[in-house]
Amino acid sequence: MEQRWFFLEAVVGTALLLLVPLLFPDWMGFIVALALAKFLAVLGVALFLRAGMVTFGHAMFYAVGAYTVGFSAKWFGFRDILVLLPLGGLLGAGLAALVGLVMARYREVFFAMLNLAFSMMLYGVLLKLYWLTGGTDGLGAGVPTFFGYAPPREHLRVYQYYVILLVAGLAIYAVYRFLSSPLGYYLKARADNEIRIEYSGESVRRVIYFTYVFSGVLAGLSGVMAAFIVGHIVPEYAFWIQSGDFVFVALLGGFTSVPGPLVGAIAFEFIRTYASKYFPNEWQMVLGIIMLAIILFRPEGLWSIYEGLASRFGRSDREAQRA
Amino acid sequence: MPEATSILQTIDLTKSFGMVTAADSISVEIRPGELVGIVGANGSGKTTFLNIVTGYLKPDRGRVLLMGEDRTGQPPRAITKLGIARSFQIPQLYTHLSVLESLMLSLAAQAGKSTSFWRPLYRREWMAEGVETLDRFGLKAYAHRPGSELPEGGRKLLDIALSFALKPKLLLMDEPTSGVSIEDKFQVMDTLMKVVAETRLTTLFVEHDMEVVQRYGRRVLAFNDGRVIADGTPDSVLADPEVRKAVLGRV
Amino acid sequence: MRLLTIIVMDGAVFAAVLFLLSVGLTLVFGVLRILNVSHGGIYAFGAYMATYLALKILGVGGNPYLTYLMLLAGAIIIGLIAGPIIERVFLRRIYGSDQHIMLLLTFSIFLILDDLMKLIWGTKPLFVSEPYALLGQFTIAGIPYSWYQVALIFVSIIFGAFLIWAVRGTRLGKIVVSVINDREISQAIGINVNRIYLVSFTAGALSAALGGALIAPTIAVVPGFAVDATVLAFAVIAIGGMGSLEGAAIGALLVGLLRASAVHLMPEVDLVAIYLAMILVLVVRPEGLFGEVELRRI
Repeated sequence: MEQRWFFLEAVVGTALLLLVPLLFPDWMGFIVALALAKFLAVLGVALFLRAGMVTFGHAMFYAVGAYTVGFSAKWFGFRDILVLLPLGGLLGAGLAALVGLVMARYREVFFAMLNLAFSMMLYGVLLKLYWLTGGTDGLGAGVPTFFGYAPPREHLRVYQYYVILLVAGLAIYAVYRFLSSPLGYYLKARADNEIRIEYSGESVRRVIYFTYVFSGVLAGLSGVMAAFIVGHIVPEYAFWIQSGDFVFVALLGGFTSVPGPLVGAIAFEFIRTYASKYFPNEWQMVLGIIMLAIILFRPEGLWSIYEGLASRFGRSDREAQRA
Repeated sequence: MPEATSILQTIDLTKSFGMVTAADSISVEIRPGELVGIVGANGSGKTTFLNIVTGYLKPDRGRVLLMGEDRTGQPPRAITKLGIARSFQIPQLYTHLSVLESLMLSLAAQAGKSTSFWRPLYRREWMAEGVETLDRFGLKAYAHRPGSELPEGGRKLLDIALSFALKPKLLLMDEPTSGVSIEDKFQVMDTLMKVVAETRLTTLFVEHDMEVVQRYGRRVLAFNDGRVIADGTPDSVLADPEVRKAVLGRV
Repeated sequence: MRLLTIIVMDGAVFAAVLFLLSVGLTLVFGVLRILNVSHGGIYAFGAYMATYLALKILGVGGNPYLTYLMLLAGAIIIGLIAGPIIERVFLRRIYGSDQHIMLLLTFSIFLILDDLMKLIWGTKPLFVSEPYALLGQFTIAGIPYSWYQVALIFVSIIFGAFLIWAVRGTRLGKIVVSVINDREISQAIGINVNRIYLVSFTAGALSAALGGALIAPTIAVVPGFAVDATVLAFAVIAIGGMGSLEGAAIGALLVGLLRASAVHLMPEVDLVAIYLAMILVLVVRPEGLFGEVELRRI
């Protein structure tokens, strides 16, 4: 019964997402695409939230991905999204592999703050080395090609969208496998009891390190995609508020499921688009108020509201089936 | 040389916390197949001993030898990998994972597959062995419930089961019956000792309850003020007046 | 030599401001074990309110020297409003929650405060120069400095001394320390822990608002000011040791001097240098220079 329930949601959700460019207007497609792109970074952050750790620094890997596109476009005129995606992911992993060596030793507030420090260092570098990075003016992403193929202008958005959707789908699958694996369970176990993990002969640091590198890949991919969608790459990609947004989305949607961050990301982009259009000086406040409401009244996030409703209408509880 | 055949040997272990001497030149040898009880009043150094032996604390002086090799100061995860498993006074459980999942994590660790990230945790071999182990400890009914839902005795048993699933050469148990109601105490110990007997696992258990020690131990060490003051059969040790005064408070 | 003087003077002024900004943050962390992300917002709010009141009094033709009073008034008003409201209405509900909940709650309050300032005072910069200009200037080695900057240094030293005395020497301070050391035991011996939390948080808010109020005359108060301040405050208390008043002072001094050096020697590494310092300190000594090591118990 439970498996079918999840399956139905997945099918409906996938169908809807597949049909977005065909059914909905362009501006909506843009929002969903951006949400899908950022969703990957949120997935990485959500992994840590599951482990009971907050990171306020994943924007640095996101920025690495984005600037991969920027530099590639600026220095080589190379804008192939299908090549730049794995490259961005690799570079994100590379940075995470380095930073993770330090990060894996820390927990709680220090984990959050050190992450923030590294990310803000990157921001500082991106900002000040303006002859390299364009400083606050940033870099342009330009028009992407797809393994050399340059689609006609009217179809560009569509091609881009489906590539992003595909990558998001692959990422969801990878995260699902990860969370079902021993490493994934050890990650979740860390939130409960580090001592037991150490006394099983496993190193908590190793668990955190591998997760960190994996989340670096996700955020790097995220940055590549966001760069192409937005078209413009600025140092703010590495700013701590961007990291805060990722954490917020994870919380908004609910980070203990996979649809949660996706729902959160889409909701966030829509709220942000509307709010910044109608309340340009107040949309941060709107965001803050919504976040407060969620924290105080529904910390499991929006997705849990849906699950609650679904179970009330006859479907069984998914609690035991959580991956 | 006796060291080659002992599983655990401590030489002159000493540890102080400020003014308090928690371990005072403890030299002890545990051989394969032994069933050793440790008794002593609160603060006599029993848990400190376990902490040092398993690497959670570093001694000020002295050595810890496992299977004849010096392992002093190595961290718990290294010691555990060598075959020394330990259970805790306060059960150390994964409260949000299911009982079976917790156990399978031990099995994964034992198989060296904890950082496997693609194949699932729910593997046929581990599920089967996990359920079988839970059954041995009487916890099969709780297999799919979260660790937090276990009753007190069950939490203890799970804590021990998680250590047992690592297939250790030596199992150290810190007060396996503390916090367990009097009715359940012997049931818990019976279950445990049956498993121990079936697997001929070398076992060391710290206990407050003299009856438990007398009934299940074949050798008893008495601790007092960080020193071992008696070492022998349960009957002889528990009859020793110095032990009775120190541990029981009366002669 | 001239350069050294400049760096030391600039560093000291910057350190003074940083101390006022950060000491409240470290106090709140020490007592409530919460890292208040909205702290920078309260600081900026204090700056806005202080500037606004000072401008108002000048607008009605008041004596320019009254602006000092207005700065103080602005700080007190914001501190006494923001502190209790945030603690009572929001923080109280989440004590004991997971870290991420507490961080996100204060983060959302920060977002709200940031926009609230825009709503109330608009986006154009606010600037009141009188408190700064009135005290006049002097020169050291041919470089002009303002007496206001010197006053800032003095105020922050006095404030720091006052706080340390309050914590060490007064009964209230000792109660606060007791709560820091062991909340449960403090509660068991009859201390009203909730009230201590309220007092401590409000003290933190007051000091943040005061910091903002005092720095306002030296800069133009603009939106976005809160964001920079928040991250800097983190760096200062991370370096100094979270929960330590002395740590906030030393951290402020280090960061202040570091920043002054960077600004005058190699401006590009300005931000990077500070965060690099934070990383280096935390790597070598995770609890910060004066922080307390946390023990794990089995």
